[in-house]
Amino acid sequence: MSAGTTGGDWLPPPQDVVEQALAAAAPGSDHCVVIVEETSEVEVRYANSTTTTNGSRRDRRVTVISMRQVDGGVSAGVARRGGDVDVAELADAAERDAAESPPADDAFPLLLPGEAHASSGARQRFDAPPARTELSVLSGVLTGLSHSFGRARPAGHVLAGFAEHRQTTEYLGTSTGLRLAHAQPQGALHLVARSADGTDSTWAGAGTTDFSDVSVEGLYAGLEQRLAWGARRLEQPAGRYEVLLPPSAVGDLMVSLAYELSGRNAEDGRTVFSLPGGGTRVGQRLSTLPFDLRSDPSEPGLECASFLTTTSSSADTSVFDNGLRLDRTDWIAGGSLDRLRYHRAGAARSGTTAAGFIGNLTLEVDGAAGSLEDLVSRTERGLLLTCLWYIREVDPATMLLTGLTRDGVYVVEDGKVIGAANNFRFNESPVDLLARVTEVGTSVRALGREFGEYFNRTRMPPIRVPDFNMSSVSQAS
Amino acid sequence: MRYVAHSPGPLDATALGAARDAALSRARDLGCSDAELRVERLRSQQVRLRDARLEGAADDIELGMGVRVVVDGAMGFAASVATGGGAAAALVDEAVEMARTIARAGGDRVELADEPGHGAVAWSSAYVIDPVDVPLAEKVGLLSEWSDRLLASGSVDHVTADVLAVTEDKYYADLRGTEATQRRVRVHPTVEAFAVDPDGGFETMRTVAPPVGRGWEYLHGDGWDWDAELAAVPGLLADKVRAPSIVAGTYDLVVDPTNLWLTIHESIGHATELDRAMGYEAAYAGTSFATFDQLGSLRYGSEIMHVTGDRTTPHGLATVAIDDEGVPGQSFDLVRGGILVGYQLDRSIAAISGLGASNGCAFADSPLHVPIQRMANVSLQPSEGGGPTTDELIGGVDRGLYIVGDKSWSIDMQRYNFQFTGQRFFRIEGGRLAGQVRDVAYQATTTEFWGSMEAVGGRSTYLLGGAFNCGKGQPGQVAPVSHGCPSVLVRGVRVLNAREESGR
Repeated sequence: MSAGTTGGDWLPPPQDVVEQALAAAAPGSDHCVVIVEETSEVEVRYANSTTTTNGSRRDRRVTVISMRQVDGGVSAGVARRGGDVDVAELADAAERDAAESPPADDAFPLLLPGEAHASSGARQRFDAPPARTELSVLSGVLTGLSHSFGRARPAGHVLAGFAEHRQTTEYLGTSTGLRLAHAQPQGALHLVARSADGTDSTWAGAGTTDFSDVSVEGLYAGLEQRLAWGARRLEQPAGRYEVLLPPSAVGDLMVSLAYELSGRNAEDGRTVFSLPGGGTRVGQRLSTLPFDLRSDPSEPGLECASFLTTTSSSADTSVFDNGLRLDRTDWIAGGSLDRLRYHRAGAARSGTTAAGFIGNLTLEVDGAAGSLEDLVSRTERGLLLTCLWYIREVDPATMLLTGLTRDGVYVVEDGKVIGAANNFRFNESPVDLLARVTEVGTSVRALGREFGEYFNRTRMPPIRVPDFNMSSVSQAS
Repeated sequence: MRYVAHSPGPLDATALGAARDAALSRARDLGCSDAELRVERLRSQQVRLRDARLEGAADDIELGMGVRVVVDGAMGFAASVATGGGAAAALVDEAVEMARTIARAGGDRVELADEPGHGAVAWSSAYVIDPVDVPLAEKVGLLSEWSDRLLASGSVDHVTADVLAVTEDKYYADLRGTEATQRRVRVHPTVEAFAVDPDGGFETMRTVAPPVGRGWEYLHGDGWDWDAELAAVPGLLADKVRAPSIVAGTYDLVVDPTNLWLTIHESIGHATELDRAMGYEAAYAGTSFATFDQLGSLRYGSEIMHVTGDRTTPHGLATVAIDDEGVPGQSFDLVRGGILVGYQLDRSIAAISGLGASNGCAFADSPLHVPIQRMANVSLQPSEGGGPTTDELIGGVDRGLYIVGDKSWSIDMQRYNFQFTGQRFFRIEGGRLAGQVRDVAYQATTTEFWGSMEAVGGRSTYLLGGAFNCGKGQPGQVAPVSHGCPSVLVRGVRVLNAREESGR
């Protein structure tokens, strides 16, 4: 336990920890990487129109990655500790694991400051203290909740949900001289309104940077409209339907798809993007519509880290690539599969370029225009969904997913919502869906009901699918 | 195998005493009616191999401290990775501030069910070898040797092997005089084999060995026959590759415990959490069809259905001595004679429902997270007095499927409609197994499925399955939990063909 050196928070400055850990690891490593992740977070939960649990937390994790020349190549050892870490113990643990590891398949020379091409902002950010959040960020939310609880009770509505704000600052230092940092503000709000008898439920969610663009009362007003639609029940059987998927639902499907974009797994024949007989489907047309699925650190409103940090290696992400510059990457371009994720070593083996994981995702058709409401107005008969839930992979070879519709399925006739239907279980592949979409609207920031928790920054359009597979009815409401 | 008594772990007693004294005295001074301090050290190690070569490894220690208070009828929680007396007192101040500020948004008064103090408790789960003490080279060596066995078979194109090991040390102290020091050890090894079809597509076969509350000895065969399972995987995969695709329809199912544990988890475990049933998870995990007004009357399943919740089963992943609200681990009925007779509770929901004391189901997955109601080990009891073997259950089926191992799972937000797949599916014809079929998914509504359960296997078929990754709450928390069950026979279940579902 050390007394605070950054003003009452009891932990030494992260920059000092980076330097001390690099120094501690230097004698026993040929190279090393140090990552300090600082998180400051506040949250409030509500249910049955009352606040329930809450929390304020401060987290620090320090990771040391030790690289050593061993017989046949270079090995890596990774150790991670929380709090006020003993850097000598941490460096020892990383060095020990490096010494006990075989040569790493993803070994590649660490980036030099000149090669990393990091933005000057990332270099300058290194010298600043970690970003902090505080409960006052949620003061507008708390006021909005107070008003909305008061309005919901006489209306016979029950409100539930969650609001959180987080500041994560990552500091990266390497024995090759990289010193980079990135501060990521992130917020999310979920609001569920249910009828008092529990037979009707609907949801709105928002991803945000600082809550200045989120109004609880505004979201609740939209939910009141949807609960009003629910007054007329129109039970629908299982089957294939014309479906309007809102941006949140599209976001959950596209985030699922993006996780499958591993180059190595595709080459090994293990994903929907594998080519029969070997190789990958890069270059193949997935849709006749010119979809663009991209990640871009400088996407307006969805800005995220412009360099890679990772504390463990996987099939397509490597600890050796820490500091790698991240640029706009088009995974799907003009409707064709364009890129898969590779670490540098894998890309070199496959004769392609490295593409790292980036913290946002945008699906767009250039020139497509129209809101969800516009799509509704152009619908003769179909189902309007609110969001999807419990999405799980059934068959990775086709990327068949199953899941549920949640929080409102509405029947559309002649351009208008005429009532609410039951929920369904669906079985669909997002890759196949892209090929069958007949209409796309304007892409907007959207929070995935399910995967927004792990992937906050998505921009998605509403889409029309003419033959969505509703496999069975769910009695849930 | 003999389980040795372990000391309660590496948390420093002097530092804990200082944090306890500082936090609890500050909470008393500020007028808190309840206050709890948790200090936790969670060490987790993961090792992943791909085609017998190390892909990634991590050695992580999470250390931190969390304080929950109830003050003026409001609840607040604050946590930090800083530990020690000064930081503990500061966290109490912050938790009180959270409670008072958020209460102004309009909140019902928070009450916790009464719970007496239980004094000093020291407890450790049963294990022999602390997995985090096993050198990385030994872990890589073992998984590599296992992978090589599969790759040598000729029918396996790729293999992934991984193990996740956790040693959880937790200190708990509250205003009622309970002070608990507990250690829990758990491991989850998995090996998965891939066969790639050169004409497109692929099939997989994964080990069905469950995650368990045991040490590294589990990988040496204490509690599971790894040699036998690894020897069987290539042949099972080769048979699956050659197997015909299922004809969709209605089938009688004999469900192996390696598959059924997950169906229990989703359709009974979560549905009998009273916080869900009363709407406190409505925004996230969902609610429950098993509403509180149906306690004692809801027909959940057939009369042979007896389901218990417990936090006491040896090697159970949810087993503890004292939960994260100072309530002793215990065992209770959830479904008896096919009727809903109980719920899983924490102290808050026990008070709101008027059911009396909590039955010990509070858990926080991290020192930085507030405890919420989490799942006990929820288990389906085998038939008493011997009972049928799995072969005898299969013998009672004319046309059906025997389903082994879990894979894909999904259930709706009130726990009615579920769909599960599995690792492998054997046709049953005339009471005998008749080879594998592919592309099976079974779909049902919870009460119909359990209502169609005609027979439960005997103790000889019983297995404790489970998972490390049960998700609930906002912010999301991940809990380990076990589910014991026998093989069962369920009549007339809807079976889909997953390839047809994809429209191909």
